[in-house]
Amino acid sequence: MSDIPTLSAGSHQRHGSNIGQPLTRRDGLLKVTGGARYAADNNPDGLLHAVLAVASIARGRVTHLDVEAAKAHPGVVDVMVPGNRPALASDPDEKSNPFMFRLDLLQNDRVRYAGQPIAVVIAETFEAATEGARLLAPTYETEQARTGLEGEPFAPEKVGAGNAARAQSGDVEAELAGSARTLEAVYETPAQYHNAMEPHAVVAHWQGDRLVIDTPSQGLAMAVMRVAGLFGLTPDKILVRSPFLGGGFGSKGFLSSAQILGILAAKLVDRPVKLALTRPQMFGPVGHRAPTRQTLRIGLGQDGKLTAIDHATLTASSTFDDFFEPASDISHTLYAAPAIRTSHEAVRVDTGTPLFMRAPGEATGSIALESAIDEAAETAGLDPLEFRLKNYAEAEPISGLPFSSKALRECYEQGAARFGWADRPREPRTMRDENGLLVGWGMGTATFPALMFEAEARAVIRADGSGVMETGAHDMGQGAWTALAQIAADAIGLDLTRVTFNAGSSDLPNAGIAGGSGHTATAGMALHKAGEAVIAKLADLATEDEASPLFGADNVGVIARDGKLLRRDDESRGEAFGDILKRAGLSNIEARGKAGGDNAAREHYAMHAHGAVFAEVKIDPDLCQIRTTRLVGAFAAGRIINPRLVESQLFGGMIWGVSFALHEEGIQDKRSGRIVNGDFGEYHVPVNADVPSLEAILVHEEDQLVNLLGIKGVGEIGITGTGGAIANAIWHATGKRLRRFPIRPADLLG
Amino acid sequence: MNRFDYIRPTSLDEAIAAASQPGSAFLAAGTNLLDLMKGNITRPDRIVDITKLPDLDRIETLEDGSTRIGALVKNADLAYHEDFAARFPAVAEALLSGASAQLRNAASVGGNLLQRTRCRYFYDTASACNKREPGSGCDSLEGENAGQAVLGWSPSCIATHPSDFCVPLAALGAIVEIKGPDGSRDVALTDFHRLPGDRPDIETVLAPGELVVAIRLPAEAAGFAAHSRYLKLRERTSYAFALVSAAAMLRLEDGVIAEARIAIGSVAAKPWRAKSAEAVLKGMKAEPAFFEKAAREAFAEAKPSGDNADKIELGRRIVARALTLASAGTPTEMPALPASPFAPLPGASANGVAHV
Ligand SMILES: Cc1cc2nc3c(=O)[nH]c(=O)nc-3n(C[C@H](O)[C@H](O)[C@H](O)COP(=O)(O)OP(=O)(O)OC[C@H]3O[C@@H](n4cnc5c(N)ncnc54)[C@H](O)[C@@H]3O)c2cc1C
Ligand code: SF4
Repeated sequence: MSDIPTLSAGSHQRHGSNIGQPLTRRDGLLKVTGGARYAADNNPDGLLHAVLAVASIARGRVTHLDVEAAKAHPGVVDVMVPGNRPALASDPDEKSNPFMFRLDLLQNDRVRYAGQPIAVVIAETFEAATEGARLLAPTYETEQARTGLEGEPFAPEKVGAGNAARAQSGDVEAELAGSARTLEAVYETPAQYHNAMEPHAVVAHWQGDRLVIDTPSQGLAMAVMRVAGLFGLTPDKILVRSPFLGGGFGSKGFLSSAQILGILAAKLVDRPVKLALTRPQMFGPVGHRAPTRQTLRIGLGQDGKLTAIDHATLTASSTFDDFFEPASDISHTLYAAPAIRTSHEAVRVDTGTPLFMRAPGEATGSIALESAIDEAAETAGLDPLEFRLKNYAEAEPISGLPFSSKALRECYEQGAARFGWADRPREPRTMRDENGLLVGWGMGTATFPALMFEAEARAVIRADGSGVMETGAHDMGQGAWTALAQIAADAIGLDLTRVTFNAGSSDLPNAGIAGGSGHTATAGMALHKAGEAVIAKLADLATEDEASPLFGADNVGVIARDGKLLRRDDESRGEAFGDILKRAGLSNIEARGKAGGDNAAREHYAMHAHGAVFAEVKIDPDLCQIRTTRLVGAFAAGRIINPRLVESQLFGGMIWGVSFALHEEGIQDKRSGRIVNGDFGEYHVPVNADVPSLEAILVHEEDQLVNLLGIKGVGEIGITGTGGAIANAIWHATGKRLRRFPIRPADLLG
Repeated sequence: MNRFDYIRPTSLDEAIAAASQPGSAFLAAGTNLLDLMKGNITRPDRIVDITKLPDLDRIETLEDGSTRIGALVKNADLAYHEDFAARFPAVAEALLSGASAQLRNAASVGGNLLQRTRCRYFYDTASACNKREPGSGCDSLEGENAGQAVLGWSPSCIATHPSDFCVPLAALGAIVEIKGPDGSRDVALTDFHRLPGDRPDIETVLAPGELVVAIRLPAEAAGFAAHSRYLKLRERTSYAFALVSAAAMLRLEDGVIAEARIAIGSVAAKPWRAKSAEAVLKGMKAEPAFFEKAAREAFAEAKPSGDNADKIELGRRIVARALTLASAGTPTEMPALPASPFAPLPGASANGVAHV
């Protein structure tokens, strides 16, 4: 078992089920009082500190490291370089499945991107290790870095998580040729860097042949398998603890080179080692959102209906691994057209490998598609909402599959009403506020697939009537400790206060990955199934026992509620869990449950969450400074387990949309390949003053096909739709179409 | 971070003596210095912590009517000092537009004057930078330079001084009080920072061991209180350095400009006092046409140092706007978003003051 601190549920009044209650985070108190122990807060006895030395060139070879100088620095214990790095059981460059990303574990002297680890200095203090890393004073044989999107493009087979790089329905060229009007526009999105509040950190502790690792992980079971493969250990010898993540956004889905290097360092010195990345080190070795250049060609009929959408993405990946930002795929789901074609091309550049980053593909694709749709509405002379409704996809475009559920019309309706969209003048540059600032209103459609992965959970009911529910789930700050516990409690018919919920450790059942907005659905369904199974066992005990008031009730069935089993046909007859167990002489009873997507349903239905985002911007007509003054989003994402947490997720996504449209950009020196704004002073994300008014409406939606609980997931959808809504509002305010993101004041000059 | 000696003197003389040794640096709140040390951009052998020096945290009015601000006064304390803010509203507004509340609560006014540039290559020790390493070259010239100087730069360095506080101080004729091994001296703030020339590493007139003791605003500087503004263009609404900023102050007599003060920020290696633009306004009516003329004059000598011609145009516009706002009158209360174009404007109408 792990040593995750027990979480108090806080005081609350329950009316009916736990699901649906707007509970505050059960770990909130721990977090605000500093009691929540994050990976780097662990300080086992004998701990040493490791600091990475990273490459300042993007391409070439390390020719010298002054290891002597570093070792001579007081406090430095050892320096790990390719020559003395402990042996690994497998090659860090091996790739036996698409999700096995190649690592930089000092396997040689090559440098393939700026920020790549080239040595690890281990010392008694963090400060000594830091200075030791500087004293290494690396020299290089430098080759010209390849940067930008101008290289020779090629066509990858797969993009994103293994989607086909090309898809089409109908004949795009013929439709475009026959269209009453066409438009073509090119949109550019920059590289963005995952920057969770908590940088990647690891505390690695070898205990004989056992390895204990404290590190933030969005995928504990995968982390164990990766470590097992690299170190030649059996999984049972590895314990990964990750009770809290200070954010992940996709960059903590797979163990990074830095985390493995921490484990190697601990092995080298045979003492526990802590390695935490600095903020600047987050800009390189732990993934990023790749830049894109997207070309959209759109055909329109006389009636304002879309005739064709051609969405072509050019992106960049690293020279040594494959991840391709699947931006064009957004055009698979949103708008109906007789012909749709999506395609991807890529160039190889000297960067760290890009990775999944909150709404990978959807975020980049959405800002381009929603801008293009706005341009198309303008071309068609229609209000942007009217245009979207006219081209509403009743079935999933390209695949032709019906939607398992789709309350997007309701999202449009409720969002528009709340925002006051009906009063929007069609013409741009027609609204001013009382201070003379330009005002613009824009909208965008949000969408994200309703994914499910595989997971397991364990349920225990104890003779004292309490329960234990567990799965190795991941709380990235999104609230899994709370939402999953709500599902878990309902699954065994107990109030939350009577259930111990365990998560965040690899010795618990595999909860899958906290990604793809599928964690609540996946881990939640596993808990639900485990609960169902344990209740069934308990019911067997009772209904076969002559002394139980439930004897013989197996035909009519029983239900679990409030710590009791009740006859389905007569709820006045029932028995408490504890009584059943005690009579059977059992101290507890347990069962496991498994979840995964229903493949049959998924073959026949398209499953997505949807939303509509409405934005107001104000712009100073002369000084060109831009501010998003109002955002209203309405989202339909199936069943809402905890409206408070869901609203926060949607807010977070929408704020990232603001960031995408107006702020965030990793600025690279084209010559050196280094990111030159790698800190929070210069890598801008929105501050509170950038988001003065924010609303998220939760639109009712029922969906029995996605999973039994009807959950679709809300982690990423908020970022889609929002960026485009802001860009469209900027056009509406100024009459200027800006197609390069983020949009800056200087772009509005002239 | 290198190893260094740490000294915490309790008298000015001790501090000056300690800092006279080569490789020493004064430490105030450390919000800039410690970041630079952590990044290995500066590596002092000896830190002279001045936070325990007596009497440097006072705001006082001297006999000649001038206002004296001790070098250790916190940015926030000065901005929220009611009497000070009433007399020098643009200074308070500039202070409150800088950094974040946490930083302003810590940062000293002396440190604000002496903060280093935000040039990205200055912070990146793998880049060539004449300011960090004299003679190594300047990687910004042919690199990322959208935010760099348009006035007073040289091919050896195109970086800007990022302070907000210094901009209205330059406009108001502030004096820097300096004490060093050779005694005390006064230097006008506009002469305190140096233009890069071929020695961008020498940023101020301070000699080794010299300490900024206080900043003085002359009595007549309060004469602009009724018509003073600071305006700052940023890439986000708050917590960002200026793309370009302007301080504008007017002394109006019967609608006629008796005297104007204009300074521009983030356009040069020093806060840029635009005296010729001030002259354009003298004796003129407080009207948009003259403000625009003055704004053009303020940037008459400007030239892009890279991909930053936009800054000149935006700079002109912000000077014109700051003058317009100043002529409309200092707001009776500090705007909730100090120095922001999004602060509600006094007396604005739908086609009003925003559109100059
Ligand atoms: C994220 C961030 C955002 C910021 N945003 C802004 C902004 O928008 N606008 C703005 O104007 N500023 C901004 N700042 C800069 C901030 O104002 C300065 O860091 C601060 O004013 C420095 O004061 P300090 O007391 O911390 O100085 P320190 O860091 O202690 O010292 C800075 C320098 O001044 C020297 N020094 C200090 N006091 C004296 C003295 N009395 N005599 C001689 N030398 C001295 C030190 O040796 C050192 O070289 C920002 C800073 C950060 C970190
Ligand atoms: S502009 Fe100045 S500070 Fe920036 S790199 Fe060049 S020399 Fe250094």
